[in-house]
Amino acid sequence: MAASSLSRAVRHVVLVVFVLLMIYPLLWMLVSSFKPSNLILSQTGLFPAEITLENYADGWDALGSPFSLFLGNSLLIGVGSVIGNLFSCSLTAYALARLNFRMSKVYLALTLMTIMLPFHVLVIPQYILFAELGWINTYIPLLLPKFLATDAVFIFLMVQFIRSLPRELDQAAMIDGAGPFRIFWSVILPLMQPALITTTIFTFIWTWNDYFGPLLYLTRTELYTVPVALKSLVDTETQSGIGTMFAMSLLSLVPIVLFFVFAQRYIIKGIATTGIK
Amino acid sequence: MMTLTSSKDTGRRVRGAPAAAGVKPPRGRAKPSGGTRGQGLVAHVFLLPWMIGMVAVTAGPLIASAVLAFTDYDLLSPPQFIGLDNFVRMAGDERFWAAVRVTLVYVLVSVPLQLGFALFLAVVLDKGLRGLSLYRSAFYLPSLLGGSVAIAILWRQIFGENGLVNHVLGWFGLELGSWLQDPSLALSTLVVLNVWTFGSPMVIFLAGLRQIPEELYEASMIDGAGRVRRFWSITIPLLTPIIFLNLVLQMISAFQAFTQAHVVSGGSGGPLDSTLFYTLYIYQRGFVNFDMGYASAMAWVLLLVIAAATAANFIVSRRWVYYGDE
Repeated sequence: MAASSLSRAVRHVVLVVFVLLMIYPLLWMLVSSFKPSNLILSQTGLFPAEITLENYADGWDALGSPFSLFLGNSLLIGVGSVIGNLFSCSLTAYALARLNFRMSKVYLALTLMTIMLPFHVLVIPQYILFAELGWINTYIPLLLPKFLATDAVFIFLMVQFIRSLPRELDQAAMIDGAGPFRIFWSVILPLMQPALITTTIFTFIWTWNDYFGPLLYLTRTELYTVPVALKSLVDTETQSGIGTMFAMSLLSLVPIVLFFVFAQRYIIKGIATTGIK
Repeated sequence: MMTLTSSKDTGRRVRGAPAAAGVKPPRGRAKPSGGTRGQGLVAHVFLLPWMIGMVAVTAGPLIASAVLAFTDYDLLSPPQFIGLDNFVRMAGDERFWAAVRVTLVYVLVSVPLQLGFALFLAVVLDKGLRGLSLYRSAFYLPSLLGGSVAIAILWRQIFGENGLVNHVLGWFGLELGSWLQDPSLALSTLVVLNVWTFGSPMVIFLAGLRQIPEELYEASMIDGAGRVRRFWSITIPLLTPIIFLNLVLQMISAFQAFTQAHVVSGGSGGPLDSTLFYTLYIYQRGFVNFDMGYASAMAWVLLLVIAAATAANFIVSRRWVYYGDE
C-alpha cells in the first residue's frame, strides 16, 4: 500500500512538472500581453509589476483597420465552412454508408485516398483555376470547396458513425413510407448529432487557424483573416512591438480555447476515433 | 455485411428481369432498406456535391499538376512542354536538396520524440489516476493551438536572443544568441514546437491503453512479472497497432508542415535555408517566383515520397505490429 501511494505521488509529480513546462509559455504570453512592451523580455515571471491595456489598444488599430474586422472575416469564413462541411459531408456519408449502388465501395475508397493527399499537389492548379475565374481576393476559394465535400476526414467520421446506427431504424421508416431523403433528414441526421458536433468543432478550429489558404487568395488587407493579419503584425514588428503582437495573438486564440473548454468531450472522442489532430 | 449482399443480389435479379415485374422475390430475402431496385440514381443525387468536388477540386487539379510538372509555366504565357527538365533541374538545385534535408531531419527527429512523449505520458496517466481528465486537457491544449500563427509568434519570442529559453539557460551559465538566427539551432525550435503538440497522439494512446484487458496484467503479476517487464511484454506489443497508426498520421502531417516555418523564418526559410521546409520551398517557387511547372514537379515528388514512406511503414509493420492471434 505504501509503495503504491508513493508511486502515485511520483506520477503526480512527473505530470505536474510536464504540465507546467507545457503551459508556461502560454501563461507567460497571457501575462506579458498586459505588460508594457519594454518589460516583457526582461521579466520572465508570471506576476507583472505593472499592468496595462495599452497593448490591446495599440494592436487593435495597428494595421489601419480595426482588428475586429479581421476577427469578423475569420468568423465569417469559419461559420461558412462549418455550414458547408455539415451539408456536403453528411449527404455524402449517408449515401456511402446506407444506399446500395454499384460504385459505393469504389467511392468510399477514393474518398479515403484523398485524406492522404498532400494539399500542395492540388493547390497550384486550384490557384490557377480560381485565378482564371477571377476569384482572387474573394472568399469563394476558401468556402466553395467546403460545400463540395472535400474534407474527406469528416466523411470518414460520419460514415463510421452512420454504420454504427441500427439499420432497423431506416427499415421501420421505410415501412412507414419514407424515402431516402426523408430517412436521411428525419432519422439519420438527428441521430448523427455527436458526429456533426465533432465536425463543427474541428472545421471551425482548422479554418480559424488556416494560414496557407488566406495567404494565397487574400492580398487586400481589409479581406485578411486573423492569421494573415497577425503575420503582417510580425512583418512590422519593429514598430508595433512585442506587446501588441502578444495581445492580438492572444485574442486570436480565445475562440479555440472556448471550444476547448466547452466541447472537450467531443474533441477527445473525435481524435480517439479518427485520429484527427 | 450479410444484409448488404443479399439485398444487392435481389436488386440485381429484379433489374435483370424487368418482364417478371409481377414476380415477387422470395420472401425474407428482399430487404426493405435495399428496395427492389438499386439506389444508384438517388445515391448520385446525394453525392452530387461530392462528385463536383472530386472532379473540380481534387482529381482535376491532381491530374493538372501531374501535367504541369512537365512544363514551364509562369501564369502569363501558356505552359511550354519541357519533358523531364524540371526534374533534372531539381537534381542540380542546391535549395531543393536543402529543403529535402531540412524536412527529413524534421520528420525523423520530431515525430519519434513526439510519439515518445505521448506514449510515456499516456502510460503515466493510465490506470485511473486522480485528475486524469485535467492532466489530459492540459497536455492536449497545445495540439489545438500549435498550428496557429499566434503560437509561431510566441515561439519567435521564446527562442529569441533575450527569450525565455536563453534566460533559463543563463541560470546554468550558458550564453546563446537568438536561436532563430543561428543556422544550426533554428530548425530545433520547430522540432520543439512539433514535440509540444504531443497531446493528440497521447489521447489516441490513452484510448488504445483502455483496450488492453486488465486480466493480462493480473495474470502476469501472479507470474511475478515486474512493472518494467509488464510494460515491455504486454503494453508495448498490444499497443503496436496504435503506435503504428500514430506513426503514419504524424509522419504524413510532419511532411506537410508549413505555417510555423513560414512565420518563424519570416517566409524565407532562413537563416541559410536551415528552416526551408519542403512545402515552404514549393510555396516560394510557385507563388513568389511563379515557377508553377517546377513547383508542381516538386509537389509530385512530395506526394510520391509520402506514399512510399507510408507504404514502407505498412510493409515493415508486418514485422513489428501485433494484431492479435488471427
